[in-house]
Amino acid sequence: MMCEADAGDRENADPAFSALLEDSAEDLYENAPCGYLSTLLDGTIAKINATLLGWLGHDREEIVGRRRFSDLLTVGGRLYHETHFAPLLRMQGELGGVAFEMKTATGGRLPVLVTSTVKTGSDGEAQLIRTTVFDASDRRAYEQELLRARDEAERERDRAQRLVKTLQQTLLPPALAEVPGMQVAAYYHPASADQVGGDFYDLFPINDGTWGFFLGDVSGKGAPAAVVTSLARYTLRAAAVHDPDPTVALGTLNTVLSQQFRGTDPRYCTVIHGRIRPHGDSATLTLAGGGHPPALLIRADGTATFVPILGGQLVGALPTARFAAVDVRLEAGDAVLLYTDGLTEARTHGRARYSEEQLRADLTGLAPATAPAVVEAVTDLLAGFGDGVEDDTALLAFSIPQSGGDQP
Amino acid sequence: MCPVSMRTRNNVVETGRQDGPVLLLAHGFGCDQNLWRLVVPALAEQYRVVLFDHTGAGRSDLSAWTPERYGTLDGYADDVLALCHELDLTDVVLVGHSVSAMIAVLAANQEPDRFAKLVLLTPSPCYIDDEDYRGGFSREDIDELLEALESNYLGWSAAMAPVIMGNPDRPELGEELTNSFCRTDPAIARVFARATFLSDNRADLAKVSVPTLVVECAQDAIAPPEVGRFTHENIAGSRLVTLDAIGHCPQLSAPEATVAAITGFVSGP
Repeated sequence: MMCEADAGDRENADPAFSALLEDSAEDLYENAPCGYLSTLLDGTIAKINATLLGWLGHDREEIVGRRRFSDLLTVGGRLYHETHFAPLLRMQGELGGVAFEMKTATGGRLPVLVTSTVKTGSDGEAQLIRTTVFDASDRRAYEQELLRARDEAERERDRAQRLVKTLQQTLLPPALAEVPGMQVAAYYHPASADQVGGDFYDLFPINDGTWGFFLGDVSGKGAPAAVVTSLARYTLRAAAVHDPDPTVALGTLNTVLSQQFRGTDPRYCTVIHGRIRPHGDSATLTLAGGGHPPALLIRADGTATFVPILGGQLVGALPTARFAAVDVRLEAGDAVLLYTDGLTEARTHGRARYSEEQLRADLTGLAPATAPAVVEAVTDLLAGFGDGVEDDTALLAFSIPQSGGDQP
Repeated sequence: MCPVSMRTRNNVVETGRQDGPVLLLAHGFGCDQNLWRLVVPALAEQYRVVLFDHTGAGRSDLSAWTPERYGTLDGYADDVLALCHELDLTDVVLVGHSVSAMIAVLAANQEPDRFAKLVLLTPSPCYIDDEDYRGGFSREDIDELLEALESNYLGWSAAMAPVIMGNPDRPELGEELTNSFCRTDPAIARVFARATFLSDNRADLAKVSVPTLVVECAQDAIAPPEVGRFTHENIAGSRLVTLDAIGHCPQLSAPEATVAAITGFVSGP
């Protein structure tokens, strides 16, 4: 009521306003600031407004009753219209904001946004399709710019991931050394394609009859961690040559890390470093460690036990650190697994953390416990955790084949 | 780990007479099994109707989609066969719309004994013109289509997708969105568009040994009459029905006539 009174007052008071109200429906339709058209259900254009004809440069006689709406689109747009627009419009009765390009009479293209509704009769039967068309030239240019920026960002990400992969590969041995009479296997699971991980391992000959190995995990991730990983690898490998006692090599690494990174940005790592001396169908394994999860020993009879290295400290955290070593004798059918905590701290399907104890239970009874079989079993576990593996995981396993086994 | 069942992965829906002949309906590019909804009630009176979404479309499990497997029509044909195996479907009448007509041809050529009849709805064995062959389109036209896909996400939102896809048992979450039918990840649509419109299956037609009906529309901008005729002439013994319908989706624009064509062929001699 109030509105009517207001409008009446205003009409009387303001001649400019009353002139507006004399707009005819016809003029509103023909010269609306958007294109209008109505088509039969088969798309034949029955009615089109002057605005759209003007944009396209067509005469009314060429269009009405002679062309379908999809005839005014580019061929690719027509494909899209037939496979997406028309079926969706049929099913929903309306569809809005769909981007097309219309062809103009002079061969140009007009980017538009199209909205259509199906008009139904009183019996509910579809009768015709009403469509509005908005000039979207500016918007399309902006969208193209966004798409271009997105493509560029994707290319940049690919490039960064390739770089990370390459860097990661340089931190891992391209191939493991062969140890006569033994099987060895390793696996590296990167938690992220975007960041270099902080786990590392290697197996290498020291002298006739002795091989050295290590597997470790440096604090942090990304480029800063990669610097420590690289330093740790080369330091351990060089130090291992000079002294038969692996705790001495760990002491050297401790000194190097604590000197290099002392101050506000301490860097440290956990490592198991050791050596293997095969003799006949058995071998002696010396394991020395600092702060690392214990190696898992799986005997030929399927029992699995941890090999604790008592008294070892983190490497690089203190200027002087103590490291301990333990000897393990491997017989035919025995296997040893070294791993990083990316495995034991992965989230399982119940979202609880996996654990060393569950690992021991899962690998108990694994027979034959060859190095490849152990690594495969753990790799399957990791695959089962999916994105629950939040940190990088490195695996390194040794085994002695059963006599008459399949060792070449 | 056991493989995910096709029933879940491809959102299989079964309806109709359990004792009737099996009618397996395969949707085309651009939509999902919703496209059959106007013909399903009539078909269900006579047949055991099995509907599904191709991997990557509709409410299928998007995590099962890879650009390698679904970069050619063979990946889709393998899915159709795997579905038949898992549901133990025999004497199947396979109805393929649009690109699924060629997927049906590939599947039937691999395992002809599995299928009683084929119905190819608005098929095209090759969309691109090639010497004397007129498919109706050029390479550039297909690139334009890819652009149109790129600029239209039609209800797809990367943020909403996990909500919808992750809750197949709560479809009401998806119904709130506009264009909730035929929602497709644009990256997947792009690969499917290439597989669809750049395939050339003309040589596969001659290998069809299953009784086949070709259904075309009188006016179809995607599969013009000469393409329907080519398909019919290259499948020995096939029948051709031309519906007095317009557009590429007669199951929407002329559902009664589409049902009549299918039942006439399936229940006929």
